[in-house]
Amino acid sequence: MWLWIHKLGSPPHFYRIAGLLTPWFGWSAGVLIAAGVVSGLFFAPPDYQQGDGFRILYVHAPSAWMSLFTYVVMAIAAAIGLIWRMKVAHAVAASCAPIGAAFTAAALFTGSVWGKKMWGTWWVWDARLTSELILLFLYLGYMALRSAYDDHQKADRASAILALVGVVNVPIIHYSVVWWNTLHQPASVTKLAAPSIDPSMLLPLILMFFGFNILFGALLLTRVRGEVLMRERNADWIRERVSQP
Amino acid sequence: MTLIEHLQMGGYAAYVWPAYGFTAIAIVWMIVGARRAHRAGLEAARRRIEMERSHQ
Amino acid sequence: MTPRTGMIRAATLLIERDLRLAFRRASQLCHPLVFFLVVTTLFPLSLSPQPSQLRDIAPGVLWVAALLSSLLALDALLKSDAEDGTLEQLVLSGQPVVVLVTAKTLAHWLVGGLPLVIISPLAAMSLGVAPDAMLVTAEGLLMGTLTLSFLGSVGAALTIGVRRSSVLLSLLVLPLAMPLLIFGARATDLAMAGEASSGPLYLLGALLAFTATLAPFAAAAAVRIGVE
Repeated sequence: MWLWIHKLGSPPHFYRIAGLLTPWFGWSAGVLIAAGVVSGLFFAPPDYQQGDGFRILYVHAPSAWMSLFTYVVMAIAAAIGLIWRMKVAHAVAASCAPIGAAFTAAALFTGSVWGKKMWGTWWVWDARLTSELILLFLYLGYMALRSAYDDHQKADRASAILALVGVVNVPIIHYSVVWWNTLHQPASVTKLAAPSIDPSMLLPLILMFFGFNILFGALLLTRVRGEVLMRERNADWIRERVSQP
Repeated sequence: MTLIEHLQMGGYAAYVWPAYGFTAIAIVWMIVGARRAHRAGLEAARRRIEMERSHQ
Repeated sequence: MTPRTGMIRAATLLIERDLRLAFRRASQLCHPLVFFLVVTTLFPLSLSPQPSQLRDIAPGVLWVAALLSSLLALDALLKSDAEDGTLEQLVLSGQPVVVLVTAKTLAHWLVGGLPLVIISPLAAMSLGVAPDAMLVTAEGLLMGTLTLSFLGSVGAALTIGVRRSSVLLSLLVLPLAMPLLIFGARATDLAMAGEASSGPLYLLGALLAFTATLAPFAAAAAVRIGVE
């Protein structure tokens, strides 16, 4: 298995494997998200407190989770690229940023809309919201730093350091509702305890969760393929590859 | 409940639909962006190959 | 190759050198300070000179002004050394780059941050802050400006090779500085209300400890990249 992972570090292999996987990821994600949306909007029963308003959960929670997950993937890829100087790893890190920024924006927007209804305000400076906003700025700063450098190598390595510095924010966002007694509600679904949410309401959430994760995979693979092509355009293997898209 | 009643989301429609809408837009933006990034890479590679061919 | 100079001595020499260079252009030393005072004045001018209203915004104004003036001064931390090749020499010297970066950051703070802390009671007074709250503010700013210098050193190191980097630098440092702003303003706020401000102050101390120990490593790695 390690050999297989090691092979992925080679750009031509990665390009080929990613190309094969992407359609599978894409269509599975589509099906899961569609099922999640339909069941979340129409089949899950209304909440006794929030009525139909709680359905925002089905887009808010997955987006927020993905915003964090993407950053972690980005940071790990950056670390791998920095330590082992793998080009593909740097390409992965670069590709994560715009995806993460979009998920973070979605999480902030949906959360704000939901908050307006539930708490009466569009925004509150509690720990979780503030640190999620900082996450958005971190993504944007990362992309800005990358584009400031013309030299690929310097851009890769400088932004890798930035990504690693900012990773501190991720546990802060995640544990903020545990450490501080704030407005944002604590987690209802954890790995260890039984969820405090009814199963009929849980199913759409699980569908959306997996759908978003697999969508992330499809998006990432596509972007990284583009990155790899851009970086490796002078290489020999490109010639045979590119004629067959 | 009829479809119309369902779509009204028990009065929360003004909140639920924009939330879903924005998320949908974000997802579409990500998909379009990813495909465009891939295409840009292909273009760059093809241009390089053309340049080499014309130089030979 | 082990250099003949120990790293503490090297750090001290570097601090002395930076301080000497800074004082050579003494007028430039005042710029961040004056900026701090001017920005603090802008708010009463643009909002309202009513003492009650000023007191409401005073904590935020003081901290934002301190933040902005620190950001302004950050350019001087590494830019000139990078341009004339001194930075390269420092990296090649064999001394641990982490120690050298820490030394430069401390020197930079002594020249830029510390005067700000000393003059903060004046700015606070102009915004209607009571004397005991002024002390809390100064304590908070002491830790805050030092933390900012360390955060800024990472940003400055990351943007060494970038032309006209000041806006990018701010974009990188500001998100990281937000918790600082929140705790610092909260400390002043509590002190002005007459309540115990030790909570936020301890958090500021924790932030300082965290940043001061870890930032130099990130900054050193970034300096090595920038100097290649």
